[in-house]
Amino acid sequence: MSQPFYVAPEQMMKDRADYARKGIARGRALVALRYTEGLVIVAENGSDTLRKVSEIYDRIAFAGVGKYNEFDQLRVAGVRAADLKGFQYSRDDVDARSLANSYAQMLGNIFTHEMKPMEVEILVAEVGLAEEGDQMFHLLYDGTVVDARDYAAIGGDAEAVRERLAATWSAGLGRSAAVHVGLNALSGPDREISAAELEVAELSRSHGRRCFSRIDATELAAILA
Amino acid sequence: MPFFTPGDDPGSNFPELLRRIGMTSHSSVLTPAVPGHELSVPHATTCVAVKFADGVVMAGDRRATSGNLISHRTMEKVVQADRHSAVAIAGAAGPAMEMVKMFQLQLEHYEKVEGNALSLEGKANQLSAMVRGNLPAAMQGMVVVPIFAGFDLRRSAGRLWDFDATGGRYEERDFVSTGSGSLHASTVMKVGYHPELGRDEALQLACRALWEAADADSATGGPDVLRGIYPVVAAIDVDGWERIDDVDLFTRFDSIREEASHR
Repeated sequence: MSQPFYVAPEQMMKDRADYARKGIARGRALVALRYTEGLVIVAENGSDTLRKVSEIYDRIAFAGVGKYNEFDQLRVAGVRAADLKGFQYSRDDVDARSLANSYAQMLGNIFTHEMKPMEVEILVAEVGLAEEGDQMFHLLYDGTVVDARDYAAIGGDAEAVRERLAATWSAGLGRSAAVHVGLNALSGPDREISAAELEVAELSRSHGRRCFSRIDATELAAILA
Repeated sequence: MPFFTPGDDPGSNFPELLRRIGMTSHSSVLTPAVPGHELSVPHATTCVAVKFADGVVMAGDRRATSGNLISHRTMEKVVQADRHSAVAIAGAAGPAMEMVKMFQLQLEHYEKVEGNALSLEGKANQLSAMVRGNLPAAMQGMVVVPIFAGFDLRRSAGRLWDFDATGGRYEERDFVSTGSGSLHASTVMKVGYHPELGRDEALQLACRALWEAADADSATGGPDVLRGIYPVVAAIDVDGWERIDDVDLFTRFDSIREEASHR
């Protein structure tokens, strides 16, 4: 029986991280940002059916970049975890922080124990009852959790997008202004993204129980006009 | 966080997910009924649903009874299931409320996992399976008989169904009623129904049906002006569920009272 070659753990982790990062960098970015009524999520997505942004629970949304089948698996697991928790306790007990921690545990576990890490980055966003309660959690392929308060960017070239957001985001944005800020941060100064290439959704405090809704093509056209 | 292998995945089925992780929703431990010792639990009574040109109206009284006693005055038996459908229940209140909760959860769970909502027919079918699942309890006297109604977005029409204790699902053409006062309620609707019924007329007819049921059936509660408790009345059309507020209901029932005082 042949012995496997010895690979130093540092090297192994680095290889896995590089592999995951490469997969994610190929994907297109998405941003989430706060506005007066809640949060908008603007994603660059050419597909009309394979969604990057979706609803998890009453006040919680999910967004993923990278390999579709992998982040979709995470999305479904999140819906299940949230619905189970809401069923077992109360709808008020379902929160983004504990969901993000569960995701972190799962991603971390897959990163160290499975054949290949997940080539995804995800965002779990929650709209609070008041502005102070809005929060976002950005999760990396290895389970690292980063919390964000006002805006977040994930996916390819996220660093540059985040810098543009830092320069343009301000408190007290209206909904359409927020969509514009998000779109401009995604496209940057020398590129234009058409409305057909966008997937936009919001978590709004004014929607009643289920805060999540998609901003459809006609509504988006009106905002961008 | 639940994670399944491909062959073991419960898909978009929430009750199945509960079973997979070992949380069964209903107690399967039921002892045989001893004649004369039936458990006395609150029962919910009369609910009606009637179609109109652009949708469907649902209404239900607020009373729950245990034998001869009124156990609740404010029970809500007509419940919104999702944006375009609602369910009304009659029968043992505990299992019925649990069933409605599970039904609502299942519709929402399906919608979130799949990315789009079940068809109206699919929802009725789902409810039918839940009523069938309650059959062992029904044999003990815990019968749950719902009505399901909603707006079918694919066919652009209101549709309604009633069920029997075994899960039998019957689509009705015009109107339907369930519960102890259903005989009186359906007679009122039979007389008052016509295919060109407008929204307002349908609301009035449903209120009238409940009024007459409450007038003749002791287990059905009428409008309680003293406490300000009115039946739950709602209309569902292309824009979704809309519950009629108490001010409107007061006017409607007051006109019925006015009319009834002259006969």
